[in-house]
Amino acid sequence: MKVAAVLLLLLIAVSGFMVVRTRDVTAQILSLSFYGLLLAVMFFMFQAPDVALSQIVVGAVALPLMVMLALARMKHHEKVKAARGKNER
Amino acid sequence: MTATTLFNIVPYAVAAWLFFCGLYGIITSKHLVHTVISLAVLQTSTYVLLLAIGFRWQGVAPVFADLSPGVVTVDPVVQALMLTDVVVEATVVALFLAMVVKAHEKAGTLSPDDLKMMRG
Amino acid sequence: MNAKWRLRLFLVAGAVFLFLYLAAAKNLPAWGDYRGPYGDVMSSLSVYERHATDVVNAIDYDYRGFDTLGEEFILFTSIIGVMLLLRDPKPKSGTKDEEGLSKTVKVTATASFGLTLIFGLYMCTHGQLTPGGGFQGGVIIATAFLLIFVAQNMKSFKAITSHPLMEVLEAVGASLYALTGLSALLIGVPFLTNWIPLGTTGDVFSSGTIAIISASVGLEVATGFILLSYTYLEEILSGKGEQ
Repeated sequence: MKVAAVLLLLLIAVSGFMVVRTRDVTAQILSLSFYGLLLAVMFFMFQAPDVALSQIVVGAVALPLMVMLALARMKHHEKVKAARGKNER
Repeated sequence: MTATTLFNIVPYAVAAWLFFCGLYGIITSKHLVHTVISLAVLQTSTYVLLLAIGFRWQGVAPVFADLSPGVVTVDPVVQALMLTDVVVEATVVALFLAMVVKAHEKAGTLSPDDLKMMRG
Repeated sequence: MNAKWRLRLFLVAGAVFLFLYLAAAKNLPAWGDYRGPYGDVMSSLSVYERHATDVVNAIDYDYRGFDTLGEEFILFTSIIGVMLLLRDPKPKSGTKDEEGLSKTVKVTATASFGLTLIFGLYMCTHGQLTPGGGFQGGVIIATAFLLIFVAQNMKSFKAITSHPLMEVLEAVGASLYALTGLSALLIGVPFLTNWIPLGTTGDVFSSGTIAIISASVGLEVATGFILLSYTYLEEILSGKGEQ
């Protein structure tokens, strides 16, 4: 149990570093989602089921979802602006 | 630095490491959405710290639906604090992302270094 | 200050902070050796005092209910802020045509809608018995509605999420929490006291105001996240500018 806990914490440390090191934003969303799921596993192992549920729902679902929606909106806006620029020319 | 001291310091060291990872991501970021996600990683370092403070090796989850009262549990107060923490993280990221979208609409760029020059 | 000097300053400040932090962490109790009395008092008293079997939710919605009231209003205010920043001043009617996604995805998403909705409602109402509670159940309900968007049923998604009832329900959910607290004042006990009869432990309708607060938080969070996703997707949904 102690070995598993230490290994999980080290895995979280590595995963957190990889989230920051991913420069491409679309890939970083998936990385963040995996990191959130890993944190939820840690909460579950440390006897905190309520917080684990909260973390799954927020950190692995709602947070990547909001980032994806923001990115989709920005991409759509760029497309509209490019189309409008082409029409004006 | 005996083995026991190193073992006892592992969760606090991981919390500090995550804090510095997030801060490093914010400082060396070249894309505003990358900054937002690094802020989220920064906030998760507090979860690890709070969880480590209230943990007991032989404790069980503080839910008495199928336990008899009197069993040794882990600290429930710290978990209540963490629930609020998770909600605040979602809130901050939502508002921050709205500001990033607006900045992209007005300035046309998503790099934090270029945003300073767009004035007037 | 350019990037290189920023990084150097960060490394210097970080080293100093890390040294002080680790020196302090060595003096904390050993990992897994929680000694404090407050947690044990809460664990042993919550079941008798509030007839709630989930101690964390009892603390969240009753013993420290005032903090959770502030947290719900943080969420409420931030959703107002996002809507103010991103709302389209000239809303367009009309819906984008449905795009080609495989039929399997559409059918699975439509089929999971009912199941996810019921699971979210179960979480909201059983907050005082098992892990879960208002916030978690609320977000699950919101993702159930987003499954309609995944199923590419744009007309239904727009009709449901842009309905003014969503805003009304969000305000109702947020204010119900405060009104539950105020109702205690009408009786003559302090704000947010648990004055409703507590019922039997293990029942769904037990532990007084905790069940009501859990349901109201679920309502507010669910409608709040639905409004949030609609605000982000508003332009894309109406197919604006794609001529």
